Amino acid sequence: MSDDGATIDGWVCPMPLRDQPNIVMGHGGGGKLSAELIEHLFLPAFSNEHLDGLGDAAVMDLPPGRIAMSTDSFVVRPRIFPGGNIGELAINGTVNDVAMAGAEPKYVSVAMILEEGMPIDELAWLVQAMAKAAETAGVQLVTGDTKVVDKGHGDGVYINTTGVGVIRDGIDIHPRNVQPGNVVLVNGTIGDHGMAIMSVREGLEFESTIRSDTAALNHLIAALLDAEIDVRALRDPTRGGLAATLNEFAAAGEVGVVVDEMKLPVDRAVASACEILGMDPFYVANEGKVVVVVPPDQAERALEIMRADELGAKATQIAEIVVGHPGIVVAKTAIGATRVVDTQVGEQLPRIC
Amino acid sequence: MKYLDEYRDPELARKLFEEIDKITTQPWVLMEVCGGQTHSIIRNGIDKLLNDQIELVHGPGCPVCVTPLDTIDKALAIAARDDVIFCSFGDMLRVPGSTQDLFQVKGDGGDVRIVYSPLDAVRIAKDNPDKEVVFFGIGFETTAPANAMSVYQAKQLGLTNFSMLVSHVLVPPAIRAVLNSPVNRVQGFLAAGHVCSVMGFSEYVPIVEEYQVPIVVTGFEPLDVLEGIRKTIAQLEAGTAAAENAYPRAVNFDGNKAAQKLIADVFKTTDRNWRGIGMIPGSGWELSDRYAEWDAAERFDVGDIDTQEPEVCRSGEVLQGIIKPNECEAFGKECTPRKPLGATMVSSEGACAAYYTYGRFIEIEGVKT
Repeated sequence: MSDDGATIDGWVCPMPLRDQPNIVMGHGGGGKLSAELIEHLFLPAFSNEHLDGLGDAAVMDLPPGRIAMSTDSFVVRPRIFPGGNIGELAINGTVNDVAMAGAEPKYVSVAMILEEGMPIDELAWLVQAMAKAAETAGVQLVTGDTKVVDKGHGDGVYINTTGVGVIRDGIDIHPRNVQPGNVVLVNGTIGDHGMAIMSVREGLEFESTIRSDTAALNHLIAALLDAEIDVRALRDPTRGGLAATLNEFAAAGEVGVVVDEMKLPVDRAVASACEILGMDPFYVANEGKVVVVVPPDQAERALEIMRADELGAKATQIAEIVVGHPGIVVAKTAIGATRVVDTQVGEQLPRIC
Repeated sequence: MKYLDEYRDPELARKLFEEIDKITTQPWVLMEVCGGQTHSIIRNGIDKLLNDQIELVHGPGCPVCVTPLDTIDKALAIAARDDVIFCSFGDMLRVPGSTQDLFQVKGDGGDVRIVYSPLDAVRIAKDNPDKEVVFFGIGFETTAPANAMSVYQAKQLGLTNFSMLVSHVLVPPAIRAVLNSPVNRVQGFLAAGHVCSVMGFSEYVPIVEEYQVPIVVTGFEPLDVLEGIRKTIAQLEAGTAAAENAYPRAVNFDGNKAAQKLIADVFKTTDRNWRGIGMIPGSGWELSDRYAEWDAAERFDVGDIDTQEPEVCRSGEVLQGIIKPNECEAFGKECTPRKPLGATMVSSEGACAAYYTYGRFIEIEGVKT
């Protein structure tokens, strides 16, 4: 949906709902209006054999193996931003969280909290975006819920998604498995999502070409596992950015991490925007990035596999796991000094000058 | 990145370090005035790669840090009002007032918005005619032109629902205050490049003559900082004292005349209390009489404000370069970016925050931090 830079302008809802152009309280009331929303909006977009029965619970078969499950709520503002939207993000975010356990995501639930007055056209557009994202990721949306809150009590729409996936045999992926000597790879430029949101946030708008990197990473990860790469740990560096992820590895594995700051892949426009606002791409959120830890002798092959995927074209090695300074991430600076990279407290604030 | 990577080149940096080593024959104490420079120095580890004879002392040039407590408390009181949309630069939001910060006011229902430019606050005022829109106009000379422009525009547009809570501070009087201090050790200054891009550096000529101290206009990238240090050390070693420019790609002698004209129209000089440092005569700007109508401090009667600084916070000494952040007993213990006792632990330009963020309190085996 976002790849062609689609926006809602000029988009016409294919299934106009009877009288209301906007969400009203009745759409969450469980009566006729709720049924209409489901029938005309959700079902046509999400249709599959598990959802179409509309039971209280979806009933599915799962292949044997351990189950990975993850839930996340999405409250992003604005709802539509360069490179993506809240609907697409809600699918990709949960798909990625499940995939980070080395699981193949299969099913996703969707719960929406709609604000009274939310334009139904926009909701329908977001639902289409979710359906497309689910199709791309290869997951089915099998159960859902809608509630409506009074105007002024929400930001149009909040979306919660929960995902379930199956972990194939013999896979054990966890930050605690990170070992000294391992190397750290990332599938592309960092900080794109956070700065794309920043560029359209009220009061901070600036002209830029920066687009969110929101994407489902499960296929890229599956390719690594298919090739029997000995993946030690996977993490998507969302909130808190790459710095938070590397610190997590350092803490969980009781190891040190040494990052080469010059090797961090940062898009030129993102780097410029960060400079202007006084932010550090290290701490900026990503929504289509995965940090992969592998033994050093498998790094080149892992990078080749990642680069063969569109989402990993700029994959590169950024850090090494070391025995020294357990629990601490250290960066080599441009001029050859070193510094500690701590996790960020709260959110980064644009500086004054 | 164009115009940035060139100034981060490791090979050129190494040459500058060597050059500095070659000319240094005795110990020198330099102060980088601007918090942005402090941040760059600590982030890149410049101080750790300099020879042991050179000590860098971090100066008071962090606008968020020196904004007086009673002004912060006033901002909090105004921002809490139902009829107000309070607009601020982002890093002011976590600065502790006597009892809370702007984030807490926002959490309690105050309409507090982060803007990047004061002109956005003017736009918000235009879009919300039934609300009072207040912009927190702080900063050094660097932010003054944009802040002045916002008030100027509000006047041109006849926007009566816009006002500014002003607490501007000025670099030259602060340098004089450092030099006048009986405990001063600073022998040369790296002047703040961005301040000088607005004001030029003509105003430092009387200071170098009076105090016989070199002042070198310096930028913010690693090579800029190193070149500023090199020029200052060269002057000190030669026994000269001049106002010199090591940031010519952004600064000229006279500065930006158009900006200065606007500033002279909108602001007038005033005595200013600096948080942690105290009153410095003639060290601030407030709105001139022509724009008094847009002064939020006048518009909103917020009553008497009883300010209280935490007793253990030594940010004043940090801002004057008397102690290094990690020499404060509270550093990294009671005082962290999560729960800052003073503003120097909040702003990315605050020396305490820079030391904390870049781990200047952790002893790491085998790694020089």
